[in-house]
Amino acid sequence: MTTQTPTRPETRTGPGESQPKTGVRLAGAFYIMVLPAFLLFFVFHTIPVIQGIYYSFTDSPGYGPANFVGLRNYIALFTDPRVLHAYWFTFLIAAVATILVNIVSLAIAIGLNGRIKFKNGLRGIYFIPNVLAILVVGYIFNYLFSNSLPALGEKLGIDALSTSLLTKASTAWIAIVILAVWQSAAFNIIIYLAGLQTVPTEMYEAADLDGASAWRKFRSITFPLIAGFFTINMVLSLKGFLQIFDHIVALTGGGPGTDTESVALLIYKGGFQGGEYGYQSANSVVFFIVIVGFSIVQLRVLRRREVEV
Amino acid sequence: MSTSASETGTLVGRGSERRPRRQRRNGPGVNWWLTALLIVLALTIAIPLYFAVVTALKTTDQLGGTGFGLPTDVRWANFADAWRLTDFPRTALNSALITVGAVVLTLLTNSMVAYAIARNMNRRLFKGLYFYFVSALFVPFPIIMLPVAKETAILQLDNRVGLILLYVVYGLAFNIFIFTAYINSIPRALEEAAAIDGASTWAIFWRVIFPLLAPMNATVGILTCLWAWNDFLLPLVILSDPGSATLPLVQYVFQSQFQTNYPAAFASYLMAMAPLLIVYVFAQRWVISGVTRGAVK
Repeated sequence: MTTQTPTRPETRTGPGESQPKTGVRLAGAFYIMVLPAFLLFFVFHTIPVIQGIYYSFTDSPGYGPANFVGLRNYIALFTDPRVLHAYWFTFLIAAVATILVNIVSLAIAIGLNGRIKFKNGLRGIYFIPNVLAILVVGYIFNYLFSNSLPALGEKLGIDALSTSLLTKASTAWIAIVILAVWQSAAFNIIIYLAGLQTVPTEMYEAADLDGASAWRKFRSITFPLIAGFFTINMVLSLKGFLQIFDHIVALTGGGPGTDTESVALLIYKGGFQGGEYGYQSANSVVFFIVIVGFSIVQLRVLRRREVEV
Repeated sequence: MSTSASETGTLVGRGSERRPRRQRRNGPGVNWWLTALLIVLALTIAIPLYFAVVTALKTTDQLGGTGFGLPTDVRWANFADAWRLTDFPRTALNSALITVGAVVLTLLTNSMVAYAIARNMNRRLFKGLYFYFVSALFVPFPIIMLPVAKETAILQLDNRVGLILLYVVYGLAFNIFIFTAYINSIPRALEEAAAIDGASTWAIFWRVIFPLLAPMNATVGILTCLWAWNDFLLPLVILSDPGSATLPLVQYVFQSQFQTNYPAAFASYLMAMAPLLIVYVFAQRWVISGVTRGAVK
């Protein structure tokens, strides 16, 4: 990459450049501009993708020789309870977190867009989680969930809270969703705010004259006009949460046992520490197809809705 | 208009075009109920941060209970402990070097690639290249995580330099997407004038286009900075030498040492979050507008 520093243009400004542009020579410089990026991208992105696909057909433990095993990894994936559980757990968290984060951030964005005092200050505070590392925030939440919340539950006499949410999968997912929503609402609020500012105020004035209720105004004016922003946020949230990793490392580490493993965490653990390099490569190929599939379906459905509403 | 307490009702009269005289009654004044509600909700952001601060100042025997009380006896030495345990100067320097390196190189290179692509979208090769880069947006990192860790180890790039390189390369997908959209809105007349004056393509880019990209450079710079500084997964799988660990990575590595010393752990978390938080406090509006510009494009 260092060959692309600004010192480069000087060496290219030769004497022959004085004529007005001629398509061919201009294109030459353009080719040089994109060539290093293309090569690096190919080496560090495309080759790993291809390699991953290749390894998915082998029994490679991550080192040493490997045998070609055909589709055996793929077949094994679909009967492996640990893998199936990771997918189920990931889908659960992604679905709940995506819906919650969009409801919460749309509501807060509408509030922030209202006639309020300290508008900029509040907006600034709500954005703070976006500048913090999820892992580090996650460790703080970990302590809150495993020590403070049970202590609070005991004080208030709420049995459900008196044991840590993180000790079993049936409650740990709630803690993970809370952290996920807390952290990513910040970004979504900002996008919705940008969307709300595109809605012309005259429309509300007209609706007021007609005596429309607040909910009616939201349903018939606000929401249809920011549908595009809703689509962006839904797609980005779901895609992000399907890859959930940092949150889980910080809160449960995937435990107890493997009960709270997400797919990304399972690929990491199995691939790097479990000697399942080839097997987890197959898992990541399946995961890739799942994520692309979800994104496409979601985009289609939401775009169609955008047109309808 | 007088019943504007509900959320959407307040949308009326939004924006900064406030009337010069504030009407006393029934007019579009400040909605104090909504303001109060938003302040209360903002406490959910503040509570974990408050908790981190008070815990970082306690002695270990003050822990227990809900932990929300103020420290009775402030122990600043927790920060010294954390400083020593995580080798803070070195770790922070690693994070800073990686972040600055990633941001500077991303701005210099990604904008240039986007420029070449944007101005040649009529050529099949460049158009193909555009879709090649942008399609990577659909490839989640866990897919390439295993092979790329292996590859960087073989190429001896399992270090800070390799990490910077990966941020620059992986940023291409999104950055090209937003840079080209922005470049398309810049009229070609400027470049044609410069070309007639004898400027080379390179000179045109660096002297004419690059300065015009300033708003987009701010956006890409901010997003790259947030990503590189806070990222955990990429350093986790790429860096092999513990000495080049970044701030988030070191919190992970030292979890076992912190198990018995929560105040020092919390001091360490605060120290890891502080640099970017401080920058954010001063550059808040600029950061938010930058992020918004990137997302709305």
